[in-house]
Amino acid sequence: MKIKLSVQVTLAALATIAVALPVVSAQAAEVEVLHYWTSGGEAKSVAELKKMMEAKGINWKDFAVAGGGGENAMTALKARVIAGSAPTAAQIKGPSIQEWGKEGVLANIDAAATEGKWEANLPKVVSNVMKYQGHYVAAPVNVHRVNWLWINPEVLAKAGAKAPTNFVEFFDAADKIKKAGMIAVAHGGQPWQDATVFESVALGVGGADFYKKAIVQLDPASLTGPTMIKTFETLAKIKTYIDKDAAGRDWNLATAMIINGKAGMQFMGDWAKGEFTAAGKQPGKDYLCMPAPGTDKAFTFNIDSMTMFKVKSAEEQKSQLVLAGAIMSPEFQEVFNLNKGSIPARAGVSRAKFDSCAIKSMDDMDATSKNGGLVPSFAHGMAIDSAKAGAFQDVIAKFMNSSMTPQAAVLALAKAAKAK
Amino acid sequence: MSALRTTNEANTASKVIKPSGTKPPSRTNAATGKSTSSQFAALADIWLPRLVLSPTIIASLIFVYGFIALTAYLSLTESRMMPNYEFAGFSQYAALFEIDRWWVAAANLGIFGGLFILFCLITGLLMAVLLDQKIRAEGALRAIYLYPMALSFIVTGAAWKWILNPGLGLEKLMHDWGYKNFSFDWLVDSDMAIYTVVIAGVWQSSGFVMALFLAGLRGVDDSIIKAAMVDGASLPTIYRRIVIPSLRPVFFSVLLVLAHIAIKSFDLVMALTAGGPGTSSDVPAIFMYQFSFTRGQLGLGAASAMMMLATVLAVLVPLMYMETKGAAHGR
Repeated sequence: MKIKLSVQVTLAALATIAVALPVVSAQAAEVEVLHYWTSGGEAKSVAELKKMMEAKGINWKDFAVAGGGGENAMTALKARVIAGSAPTAAQIKGPSIQEWGKEGVLANIDAAATEGKWEANLPKVVSNVMKYQGHYVAAPVNVHRVNWLWINPEVLAKAGAKAPTNFVEFFDAADKIKKAGMIAVAHGGQPWQDATVFESVALGVGGADFYKKAIVQLDPASLTGPTMIKTFETLAKIKTYIDKDAAGRDWNLATAMIINGKAGMQFMGDWAKGEFTAAGKQPGKDYLCMPAPGTDKAFTFNIDSMTMFKVKSAEEQKSQLVLAGAIMSPEFQEVFNLNKGSIPARAGVSRAKFDSCAIKSMDDMDATSKNGGLVPSFAHGMAIDSAKAGAFQDVIAKFMNSSMTPQAAVLALAKAAKAK
Repeated sequence: MSALRTTNEANTASKVIKPSGTKPPSRTNAATGKSTSSQFAALADIWLPRLVLSPTIIASLIFVYGFIALTAYLSLTESRMMPNYEFAGFSQYAALFEIDRWWVAAANLGIFGGLFILFCLITGLLMAVLLDQKIRAEGALRAIYLYPMALSFIVTGAAWKWILNPGLGLEKLMHDWGYKNFSFDWLVDSDMAIYTVVIAGVWQSSGFVMALFLAGLRGVDDSIIKAAMVDGASLPTIYRRIVIPSLRPVFFSVLLVLAHIAIKSFDLVMALTAGGPGTSSDVPAIFMYQFSFTRGQLGLGAASAMMMLATVLAVLVPLMYMETKGAAHGR
C-alpha cells in the first residue's frame, strides 16, 4: 500500500512538473537581464529599470552576477549562450558587442531604435558602437567621461599652486605639492589604472587626432612615433610624483587620499565622483573636476550598454523591444545616471538635477561630438578588442613598474597592437 | 512482504551468479533464508565496491580526463571568445611563446615553486623533529603550527598584503618604533614581489608539512632507534642516518602535494599582489585565467593550461618513477 501511494505521489509530482514547465515558459511577458551592477548606487539604478518594466506589465527576471569588472558575469553568459539559453539582454559594452555579433547570437532591435529616434538622439560615435553590421543590437545606458583630473583645492592652496590645464602647469603644481610635503598624484598601481592615466596623457600630449590614429586605428607609425615617445616620457615623469605604496592600491583608496587631503590630484573617470559624494563633498568647493591636462577639447568615453540576444518567441521579442525602449527613455536615463554618477547617453534629458561636474561633462560631450574630440576609452574596453587592449595594458603596466625606456615601450606597444 | 523480497532477491542473485562461477558450492541451496542472505552478502562483497566507485570513476573520467582532452584540443584551435573547433595546428603555442608576459609568469613559477617547496620542506621537517622531542604542550604547539592551514589562501594573501605593505604594516611599525632606517618594501618592488608570495606560501603550508612529517616520525620503529642508541649514536646522527631516510614515502607525498599547490597557485597571488606590481609577480594560473576569460583568447589560454599540465607531469613522472623503483627494491 505504502509503495503504491508513494508511486502515485511521485507520478503526480512528475506530472505537475511536466505540466508546469511549459506553463512557466509560455507565461512569457518577461525579460531576463544579465548585469553586474550589484554595488549600492548601481543596484538602485537597476531597480528603476525593473520598476519601469513592471509598470508596462513585463516581468523582470534578474540575473545579477557580482564582480565589478564583469569577468564572472561574462563567464556565466558564455555558459548560457553555449547551452542555447541566452538571457534577453546582457551588460556588454564596446568592441565586445562586435565579438558577440560575430558569434551570430545578437538580436536586431532596429524597430525600437526607429520608434525612439535613436539616430537623432545619439552622437554618431556612440551609435556606431551600438550597431553590428549597420543594425542596432544594443541600447546605451550611460556615458562615463574618463579623462578627468580630480583635485583637492585645499591642497593646492596650501602648496601655493593653481589648478593645471596643461602639462607644464601640471608639473609645476605637482612640484609645489611635493615640496609642501604632500603626495602630488594619488594613484593605484593596478594595470587598468595605469592604462587610464596613459590614455589621458596620450590624449593630452598628442590631441584627439593622434589618439584616434595611434590607439583606435593602431597606425604603426603613430604608435612608434615621437608623440608616443613623448607620451611615455610624460608618463615616466608623472611616475615620480606617485608614492611608492601605490602598487595594488584600489582606485577608491586613491580617491580617498584626495578627499582627506593627503594627496593633491588624481587621474580617474567620473565614477570617482561617487566617492566624493558619499563623503559629503560638494563639487567646485571641496573638490574640483578638471579635464586631464591638455584634454579640455576632448572627451574619452566609456559607455555601458545592454546588448540584446536572440530570443525565440514573438512575445519575448516584443518584451525585448520594450526593454530597449525603456533603457533609452529620457526618464530612465535621468534617474539611472543621477544614481550612477555618469551622464545620459542620449540628448534631450533634463539637466535640472545634475551637478556641475555632470553638466560640464554633458556640455563637453556635445561640443566634442561636433568637433571630433569625442574618442573611445581604450583602458575601459571601448577602443580596441579585448586581446589587443589587454596586450597594451601589459606593456603600460610593465612601463609603470620597471625602468623600461620610452623607446622600448613604443616598440613593445607596436608589437602588442598585433595581438589577435 | 519481506518473504516476497527475499525470494525476488534470491532469484535475481542466482541469475547473476550463475555465469560468474564464483559461487561457493556449500551455498548453492537457495531454499533456506540463511544461505540466501549469505549468498547475497558474497555478491555484495563483489559488486558493492564496484557499484559505489563506478560513478566516481566515470565522473573523473569525464570531468577530469575528458576536459583535459577538450582543453588540449582547444589549444590547437583558433578559439577566440567562444570555443571554435576548427583545427589550427600549433599556432596558439607559437603565439604563447612570443608573449613576454608568459615567460615572466613561467619564470615566476620556477622561482616560487622551487623556493616554496624547499622552504616548506626545511621548516616543516625542522618543526616536526623539534616537536618529536617529547616536549611539554606538544598538542597545543602542533595546533598552532597547523592552524595557518585552516585559513584559505585568500585570507593568507590579504593578511600578508597588509603586513608587508610598507605604508601600513611591518615597515611603518618599525618606523613608528624609531628604527627609521628599516626598509622592507618587497611587496611594492617589482623585482622582489614574487618572493613575498614565497613568504606567505611557506607560512601557510609548512605547518601541514610538519603534520605529515610528524606522523611519519611517529611511525618509525622504536627498536631501531634504541639499537642505535645502544651502539652509541648521537641524536642528530640517528635522525640523519636512520629516521629521515625512513621517511622517504612521506617526502614523496609532501613533494607531490607541494608541487601541485605551487603550480596551481592562483588565489594566494591574486590576494597578495594580484600579479603586480604591473605583471611582475604573474604566474601561469593567472595568465591562463585572464587570457581565457577576460581577453577572449580561449585558444591561447588553453595552450597555457596545457603548458601548466606539462609542468605538473614533468614533476610528477620522475617522482612516480623514483617511487615505484624504490618500492621494487623493497624500500
